[in-house]
Amino acid sequence: MPIPAKDFVGLLQEAGFDFFTGVPDSMLGGVIATLIERRVYVPAAREDEAAGMAAGAFMGGKTPVVLMQNSGLGTSLNTLISLNLIYLQPCLLLISWRGQGGKDAPEHLVMGQVMRELLDLVRIPHRTLGVETLREDVGWAAQVFMTRRIPAALLITKGVLS
Amino acid sequence: MRPEEGVLTSRSRAIGAVLALLTDELVVVCNGFPSREAYALRDRPENFYMIGSMGVAAAIGLGLALAQPRRRVVVFDGDGNVLMGLGTLATVGALKPKNFVHIVYDNEVYGSTGNQPTISQTVRLEQMAKTAGYRNVERVRELDDLVYEAKTMLKEEGPSFLLVKVSELAEDVGRVEIEPAAMTTRFRAAAMGGTPT
Repeated sequence: MPIPAKDFVGLLQEAGFDFFTGVPDSMLGGVIATLIERRVYVPAAREDEAAGMAAGAFMGGKTPVVLMQNSGLGTSLNTLISLNLIYLQPCLLLISWRGQGGKDAPEHLVMGQVMRELLDLVRIPHRTLGVETLREDVGWAAQVFMTRRIPAALLITKGVLS
Repeated sequence: MRPEEGVLTSRSRAIGAVLALLTDELVVVCNGFPSREAYALRDRPENFYMIGSMGVAAAIGLGLALAQPRRRVVVFDGDGNVLMGLGTLATVGALKPKNFVHIVYDNEVYGSTGNQPTISQTVRLEQMAKTAGYRNVERVRELDDLVYEAKTMLKEEGPSFLLVKVSELAEDVGRVEIEPAAMTTRFRAAAMGGTPT
């Protein structure tokens, strides 16, 4: 059974995350709708802009989350590695895993296949969000945020969130 | 002085003139020479210097302005940087943070890579900001006008956009001698009123 988006957002807020920005994906639709309803979502034009905003929000005392489709990982990669990562400006990346298992539109297939290796390569720790391990996964992300002060990614697959 | 007639002020003089007006404002300086010049002219804990991530200076400033609505946030940007992150003009224009001041030192070239031309000679960046929804928009060429407009924008309700036409001259200044992680710690403490957590 998928987790209701409201419960997941509640978990994030409980963990201390209080600044949400990003660019939508259909798989993140429920989460973004909840964030808009709670008036805590700042829409960005591009994912690198969202990563920049997260850096600024962190330095202003916030605990930021950046939502994106994995195509946006490509767009934001330079900002993530030449700003957030080296300046120790952490954020939680919520990345929808388009192209997982090779079943998606053609434009998603390459990124869907290489995304985890790409994250490994640029030293962004990541986990795939699980229905059974939801609380633990969010706790892990909060832990990376607090202790290592670098971006950490939770990968969202189909059917995990409603 | 490439584009328009007359002798333009140097970016360094323009940056120095604005820095001299500041009290406790938080300043985000874009990568390249603007950061190096600002660091050499008047380093202060309230200055954040970028070294990479070209194009996102305004995004950093915007996140900061939203997180600290009671602090005035000033972004020192360049024409190449603004062109790279044009979407942020729209995001700022839509969100309209009142405490956001965007100052663009426009020398019409990519100065850090050998003065290749940008397209800001023909594209009016301040008009793009106006159309995007910035509340106050000005374009200046003279140092006196810069000081007058900057003083006004530091007080009035934003978001404000000040385009300053400057010459290509880059001062012979060194790199910023603060490690990125230390930069974040210092600036975050200044932004949060000296109590980092």
